[in-house]
Amino acid sequence: MTKVLVVTSGKGGVGKTTTTAALGAALAQAGKKVAVVDFDVGLRNLDLVMGAERRVVFDLINVVQGVAKLSQALIRDKRIETLWLLPASQTRDKDALTEVGVGSVIKELRGKFDWVICDSPAGIERGATLAMRFADAAVIVTNPEVSSVRDSDRIIGLLDSKTERAEKGQRVEKHILITRYDAQRAARGEMLNIEDVLDILSTPLLGIIPESQEVLRASNIGSPVTVSGATSAPGRAYLDAARRLCGEDLPMTIPSDRKGLFDKLFGRRAA
Amino acid sequence: MTLFNLFRRRGSAPIARERLQILLAHERSARGQSDLLGILREEILAVITKHVTVDHDNVRVRMDRGANVSTLEIDVEIPNAANLLIKVAS
Repeated sequence: MTKVLVVTSGKGGVGKTTTTAALGAALAQAGKKVAVVDFDVGLRNLDLVMGAERRVVFDLINVVQGVAKLSQALIRDKRIETLWLLPASQTRDKDALTEVGVGSVIKELRGKFDWVICDSPAGIERGATLAMRFADAAVIVTNPEVSSVRDSDRIIGLLDSKTERAEKGQRVEKHILITRYDAQRAARGEMLNIEDVLDILSTPLLGIIPESQEVLRASNIGSPVTVSGATSAPGRAYLDAARRLCGEDLPMTIPSDRKGLFDKLFGRRAA
Repeated sequence: MTLFNLFRRRGSAPIARERLQILLAHERSARGQSDLLGILREEILAVITKHVTVDHDNVRVRMDRGANVSTLEIDVEIPNAANLLIKVAS
């Protein structure tokens, strides 16, 4: 049974694209057939973060408008066989997306993949509402910071009212993913802690991604952090989050990058 | 700020939490309210159009929330009495 998952947040720059790439790769590494779909028309970046920017020929808009077949636009990942990317258009604008067109593309993807992960643009306009429109589940990416939490609350409201499932009286399964978390600052009372965020948003937690240099390194080299930094703190956190998405019940931990004495002496890793 | 205060300084996270709780309580109720007005508008219109032909643009629904009393104001413009008679007769 295919699951359509939207990665959304309202606020920009919180880590939607990083999360889409990392969770998509993690699910594919676990043997699932995964398509990641970039809905950020005009500002596409998922191709870049996944290292496929030079292989884009056709895009989502071409498929929506019938210019290209879905099979022509899907790009297969070079590292993981079961991972595919459907890029957004860089030259068109979001008005080229229609609800009927997006609906038919999602329907076709449902027939071919186990997971369809939609990377939403920031904001609450057409691109964002279409990205969530046909979702069965949602990952709401939230930073422990007031504006991000407020926007997440707004997005939760939209997921409960503007999606196809909501309109049919069904539920969209919602998960909070806290990114850029600094456990030490939270312990000192300088940053909203996990309980604060979950209490305010009253939505279950999928995972906690610690603030880490590894995330920037991964996007620099065009690789999902679960691939290039599978043993790093954010890599492990995303791998756990992907297992929870598949229904596993794992203890909630905040992985740390802090190294032991051995690593400090000998562990300098080449980039 | 005295040296004593410097040592006692609490983190800013509790302030963030409190501000968010107040703000979101307000925004959530506003969200519910606008939905309520939309629903009222549609349902009231449906009842009225059973008997009278009304222009959907000439219907205004407003709510004022006061401390003790809230008021609901519905303003429907009906073009003329002839429409009313025809609809009721048929």
